[in-house]
Amino acid sequence: MTTTENPTTSTTPGTPAGAVPPGAVPSGATSWDADGLGWFGGSETGWGGRFMPEALVAALDELDEARREAMADPAFVAEFQAVLRDYAGMPSPLYEAERLSAMVGCRVLLKREDLNHTGAHKIRNVIGQAMLTRRMGKKRVIAETGAGQHGVASATAAAYFGLDCTVYMGAVDTRRQALNVARMHLLGASVVPVESGSGTLKDAINEAMRDWVASVDHTAYLFGTAAGPHPFPTMVRDFTRGIGDEARAQCLERYGVLPDAIAACVGGGSNAIGLFTAFLDDEDVAIYGFEPGGEGVDTPRHAATIHAGARGVLHGARTYVLQDDDGQTIESHSISAGLDYPGVGPQHAHLSAIGRATYVPVTDAEAMDAMALLSRTEGIIPAIETAHAVAGALRVAERLAVEKGPEATVLINLSGRGDKDMGTAIEYFGLGDPDRVTEEPVGRTDAGGGVDVTQGEGSGAGEQL
Amino acid sequence: MSATTTTGVATAFATARTEGRSALVGYLPAGFPDVSGGIEALQVMVDAGCDVIEVGLPYSDPVMDGPTIQAAAQVALEQGTRTTDVLRTVEAVAATGVPTVVMTYWNPVERYGVDRFAQHLADAGGAGLITPDLTPDFAPEWIAAADARGLDKIFLVAPSSTDDRIAMTTAACRGFVYATAVMGVTGARTTTSDLAGPLVARTRAVSDLPVGVGLGVGNGDQAASVAAYADGVIVGSAFVRTLLDHADDRRAGLAALRALTEDLADGVRRG
Repeated sequence: MTTTENPTTSTTPGTPAGAVPPGAVPSGATSWDADGLGWFGGSETGWGGRFMPEALVAALDELDEARREAMADPAFVAEFQAVLRDYAGMPSPLYEAERLSAMVGCRVLLKREDLNHTGAHKIRNVIGQAMLTRRMGKKRVIAETGAGQHGVASATAAAYFGLDCTVYMGAVDTRRQALNVARMHLLGASVVPVESGSGTLKDAINEAMRDWVASVDHTAYLFGTAAGPHPFPTMVRDFTRGIGDEARAQCLERYGVLPDAIAACVGGGSNAIGLFTAFLDDEDVAIYGFEPGGEGVDTPRHAATIHAGARGVLHGARTYVLQDDDGQTIESHSISAGLDYPGVGPQHAHLSAIGRATYVPVTDAEAMDAMALLSRTEGIIPAIETAHAVAGALRVAERLAVEKGPEATVLINLSGRGDKDMGTAIEYFGLGDPDRVTEEPVGRTDAGGGVDVTQGEGSGAGEQL
Repeated sequence: MSATTTTGVATAFATARTEGRSALVGYLPAGFPDVSGGIEALQVMVDAGCDVIEVGLPYSDPVMDGPTIQAAAQVALEQGTRTTDVLRTVEAVAATGVPTVVMTYWNPVERYGVDRFAQHLADAGGAGLITPDLTPDFAPEWIAAADARGLDKIFLVAPSSTDDRIAMTTAACRGFVYATAVMGVTGARTTTSDLAGPLVARTRAVSDLPVGVGLGVGNGDQAASVAAYADGVIVGSAFVRTLLDHADDRRAGLAALRALTEDLADGVRRG
């Protein structure tokens, strides 16, 4: 086994998977990076930036300086990697889903971020940001959360590092993700239900910003996704890019080739940018982001921001925004709370605009079908967010199997596990009904690969949750 | 005065200075309680002693606003208030001869078209724009559009601003400098800020522009204490609160609004 002393060698072909250092590594400036003002692709294209109240500029500058220094500090990077390894269980495995592969006709690989501590990729980001908080001498963190995954991760990191933690969560989301609210409480965090606006993720961000402007001298804002004002999109990417760094090395080590396509779900886009970053220079690797198509992008009830939004400014960054003719934000919809956001990280807007990544909507119904499919073929219950990536990637895999044959490889970021979504699944599929217990297991022996999971409520059932 | 004549806010500050007092700057969001009711309320504020009017553009995601202004903006949006209604409000208020500026989060302007918005604002007789989430380093398009039409560009400084940023910001301002003198969202406060005086002093050290201070002033006595060191006293939430408290009786609301304005106008003369 090769010992990797220098973390930057983690992407060398042939490095055994077990030797892949977990977590993010500063890689020096590349053409994919934002400039000093936070513009991705340069100020001319204008994706990103910092559209923020002057009162918060000093804190954002302080954060930018702290993260630059930290990422260049070998001791910081070493501790970050050690915490991810020993506490949070990284690197996460790369798993070849053989039954799924047989079904679609080519190799399907799953990057098992669902196995991380707290059940999703989010732990990478919060460990990094909590370490920065400590480094800046601040004692309190605040966070917004949609599905509750980032809130749980933030509460976890706050407990680990001994920080006070307040989580803002849309009131609608506290009801559809009650289990995660309980987890945050148990971890010692305060959870503030946000009733203003639409009572979802965007309003939780607004309320967290309002807290921060009044508390910025002693509080750090642990932003949950690769969106918002500079430096958040860059910082969150750098803390989550270990997903792709690990997966790329694991794939090369085991198969000697890079995947033909990689896929992730995109709400704000942290798990996606975490996967994509390592592959941006690999021109032969097709990159797919799957957006929440809700009840369909031809209806008003979706959150497919890149597909259906317009260029604008939301939460401090210029990006694609679901907005009306007057620039008012339109309420988004997704069956998955974690994707239910009317904006998207600005680097995704840039990658879409230049054609490096392709963003495609996946409906609620398609995602729920994929959730059931993965559960029944592989024994993995994915988060509904993640199920969007599975649904979209399997379409890509079926096409690649025809074009390139069984050696084609599709790598999916399995960004989170679905325990938190059982309430939604129970309602959607009608699970737990005693009358169903005697039914034949659905789809397991269907050699044709078609798994019929739609006999339950059908699309749209989730809107009542 | 013709609605097509742009009257810069500097005139109002200069007049107040000549009279040995601070200027009273009053804010209400357009469309609250509805478009015509909002115009009527702003005209009462002009009549009772406001020297400059800020017309707020109601926005779906007002991260700098506290519960009072959020509630008013939500009422305005639920009434269907459009950007064109904001411009209509500006036109009606500017017709009184009092300099009238728009205070808006950035996305609605970008969506309308920056140059088009600047033109239509000037056409309506508006004096300029206050931009709470747009700093000069991200505002080249707005600065160009404003300069082409002589519109006021009012950027914000804060207690957390470095001296370098105060210098950069004031260099980009025209009309006055907006000092947010508390670290927090908008809203009436009972305590005074010990951050305001030093911020005004740091701003004056690098700029000859008038400095307006917003820190949740709600009555004449508070206005007088701020007027002791600031060129302008900015009041928003207290006006909104007055109308919210009289939501069932508009006539009583306008009477209370007049009384509050007179109290504040008296305050800026005592400072």
